[in-house]
Amino acid sequence: MKLKSRHLLGLRGMPPEDIRLILDTAGSFREVLDRPIKKVPPLQGKTIANMFFENSTRTRLSFELAERRLSADVLGFQSGGSSVSKGESLKDTARNIEAMKVDMVVMRHWASGAPHYLSGVIEAAVINAGDGAHEHPTQALLDLFTIQEKFKKVEGLHICLVGDILHSRVARSNIYGLKSLGAKVSVCGPATMIPRGLEQLGVDVYHHLDDVIPSVDVLNVLRIQLERDAGRFFPSLREYHQTYGVTLRRLSRAERPVTIMHPGPINRDVELSADVADGEHSVILRQVLNGVAVRMAVLYLLATGN
Amino acid sequence: MNIERASNLILRNVRIVDPLSGVDKITSIHIVDGSIKAIGSSLSAAKGAVVRECEGMVAAPGFFDMHVHLREPGFEHKETVETGCMSAAAGGFTGVSCMPNTNPAIDDESVVRMIRAKARDAVGGLVDVHPIAAVSLGRKGERLAPLAELAAAGAVAFTDDGDPVHDAEIMRRALEYASMFNKPIIQHAQDMPMTRGGVMNEGFCSTELGLPGMPGAAEDVVIARDITLSGYTGGQYHVAHMSTGGAVELIRMAKSRGLRVTCEVTPHHFVLTDDAVRTFDTNTKMNPPLRSADDVAAILAGLKDGTIDVIATDHAPHSYDEKQVEYQAAPFGIIGLETAIGLTMTALVHKKVITIERMVQLLSVNPRAILHLPEIRVTEGSMANLTLFHPDEQWVVDPSRFYSRSRNTPFGGSSLKGRPVGAINNGVVFFHPHSAAS
Amino acid sequence: MRALKGTIMDEQSMDRTVTRLAHEILEHNKGASNIVIVGIRTRGEFLARRIVEKIRKVEGVAPDLGFLDITLYRDDLHGKLEQPEMKGTDILFDISGKDLVIVDDVLYTGRTIRAALDGLVALGRPHSIQLAVLVDRGHRQLPIKADYVGKNVATAASESIRVHLNEVDGEDSVLLMHPDSDERGSAQ
Repeated sequence: MKLKSRHLLGLRGMPPEDIRLILDTAGSFREVLDRPIKKVPPLQGKTIANMFFENSTRTRLSFELAERRLSADVLGFQSGGSSVSKGESLKDTARNIEAMKVDMVVMRHWASGAPHYLSGVIEAAVINAGDGAHEHPTQALLDLFTIQEKFKKVEGLHICLVGDILHSRVARSNIYGLKSLGAKVSVCGPATMIPRGLEQLGVDVYHHLDDVIPSVDVLNVLRIQLERDAGRFFPSLREYHQTYGVTLRRLSRAERPVTIMHPGPINRDVELSADVADGEHSVILRQVLNGVAVRMAVLYLLATGN
Repeated sequence: MNIERASNLILRNVRIVDPLSGVDKITSIHIVDGSIKAIGSSLSAAKGAVVRECEGMVAAPGFFDMHVHLREPGFEHKETVETGCMSAAAGGFTGVSCMPNTNPAIDDESVVRMIRAKARDAVGGLVDVHPIAAVSLGRKGERLAPLAELAAAGAVAFTDDGDPVHDAEIMRRALEYASMFNKPIIQHAQDMPMTRGGVMNEGFCSTELGLPGMPGAAEDVVIARDITLSGYTGGQYHVAHMSTGGAVELIRMAKSRGLRVTCEVTPHHFVLTDDAVRTFDTNTKMNPPLRSADDVAAILAGLKDGTIDVIATDHAPHSYDEKQVEYQAAPFGIIGLETAIGLTMTALVHKKVITIERMVQLLSVNPRAILHLPEIRVTEGSMANLTLFHPDEQWVVDPSRFYSRSRNTPFGGSSLKGRPVGAINNGVVFFHPHSAAS
Repeated sequence: MRALKGTIMDEQSMDRTVTRLAHEILEHNKGASNIVIVGIRTRGEFLARRIVEKIRKVEGVAPDLGFLDITLYRDDLHGKLEQPEMKGTDILFDISGKDLVIVDDVLYTGRTIRAALDGLVALGRPHSIQLAVLVDRGHRQLPIKADYVGKNVATAASESIRVHLNEVDGEDSVLLMHPDSDERGSAQ
């Protein structure tokens, strides 16, 4: 068994059997994470560059941990801010890193398509750790893994993504992955944050949480970017919380318990009330743990499959 | 670039397509000292004449691209007046209008004179360059540029292209003021707040790609406003690089009311859709962006029914390195002079959207009329200002062989049917060395 | 079709051999009280199950049984045409201080056992690690020796040994094959 692509750029168009292979492999690595010694040797001698052109703490740490647990040599940088090229072009940066004989590049970038561009100009395998508002495949894979762990299946479940769909790479990758494995997918958010033609991806669009909560198994609550063009897409955080905040009171209208997911970091009492975030049906910390296993699986499969 | 004097030349068995004279026939043209001495099928080999067999080729009044960025002064690493004129001649154009988004902007008569002087020295003077000057000082949209002085220096129209004239008051006054010397105002129609951060058409593709969108409506709202202002002032108004179905509808309506409103479209907007952006190739990034299939269908309909007046390329050179970046960081624009005839023939004429005669109107007659330039005819006694092209020559676009200083085109590798063969103007002639026909 | 060179074990002789291995393990460790058994996936898993069952019959209690996937510890992970599938390690007890017996079907170059030792060390610190194999065919490339051997078989390097187990292959047998045989089963 082997992945069809030598890069992981996104989940759009990824065959379901590849998604399953990653999830199955991640299952094996979850067991490794429970061992007293959590390090295994399969990527010994491999060098991985973590190129983060956008600030990120969680994803970067998760990848770095996954890489170290697989015994890879790790180097990396983070250049903050979303400003257009600061003197050195992406291509030059990439070629310089490649000249250091790097085997894989994990890339986070503020610009959609940057990892696709990179995969075309360097030899190393490229893993997309989030590009613009385009895709964040490892986040979606860990979400799928967490759902599967909880429900023992993905097919037939109803998952609703809540919040800013327009700017969310997590939402897009989740839609592709969930649809690929046969889930029913909805989105719920303000009309200003639902991008054009989204329903063509086969998702149902809701604007009122109370309409969708009764039928969902999982709410995947997206982070609201506080700094995002204040006032252009929604009037205030207060109004956002009143309309889209997931609270215990709202959830009480569901007939069955609703599993709560969030890619983090949470704005408590904005998109998610604290008691829901820390509640018995929250799997948010499982997502963090599973993230390491899923990233180990992706790194392992790409490194040994090429 | 190999330029010869057109001192004694016979184009034999060429099809003349001259809509203004109502001529469409196969004959021969004898050019002496840059003028058409005789036209006739029985031209005996004049003494000392160079005879070129032109069977299957079309000779038309010289094509004119009214939307070209020559980049000089200020961005000579992208293009210069000289390389731009070479590219124009290679594309079969004998005249161009260049845009004022240079550095400094063309908002001062000295810049107009400098460009015209350089053009006279380029390619033996084959390509007429008629600068289009800025509407506002520094293209900032705040104060009018010295339009009268610019017109006197040779500016044929005014635009802030690259940016819209966003302020309705400035647009109103520009239309009024320019009408005193009968010059059009050309609008780059884009509502700025609606397109902030946008890099491609807003629609299903932008949703999937997660790229910030520029809705077609942002173009339409500006055109709708400007049509109102044109009607109110009586000023002549022209829409640059129109790209939406909504805009076609607005222009159709304005024309039906008899307003002085015209428009142009680019080849890339009738050949490609926003689907092309899926490659993240930065040569699919231009402003206005590639639109939806519905928009392309509306533009084809507008080309067919006469709503659209002009095909112009929006030739916008950028250096290789400038385009070798993330999609969102890349500059807008592609070059177009050397692919315009091939794309128009392939996508419009061979697909029977328009006839060759209509193509000549779109590429030669109408742009000159809008800019109030002299009419060009292919008749005995006229100066020879001709575009020679082969409607059926098959070729594959190879950007490395372009005459332009830049290579930024999404059409590299495209197979086209219809190719420029030569250009004759101001007493000089250029035959394209890569065309099999020449 | 490449042919069989000889049958090394049939169903009865394999059962006798497994019984003997179980007895040797008990004898050497003076009973089952501190033993844990770890089978190497895939066929070592089923041999380990059989040995544990034999021990249970003799001693009345079954030692802890676990399974080890050595994929992550292989030294030929990179450059293999077919990516090995991870089957997962399943050892749900603490191996520290135990007398741990690795069970595998064929001992050949020793590289599998080297990988298994690496994998086990990551799980804890056993008192001792011992090795039981059904067949030792020689040709070692590493300094590794089995403590319990079902049968020593002299082979040419070009030949292969196929171990068939009822649980995976539908029959119990150990076959010596001529070179390039394409019959299915574990070929080592």
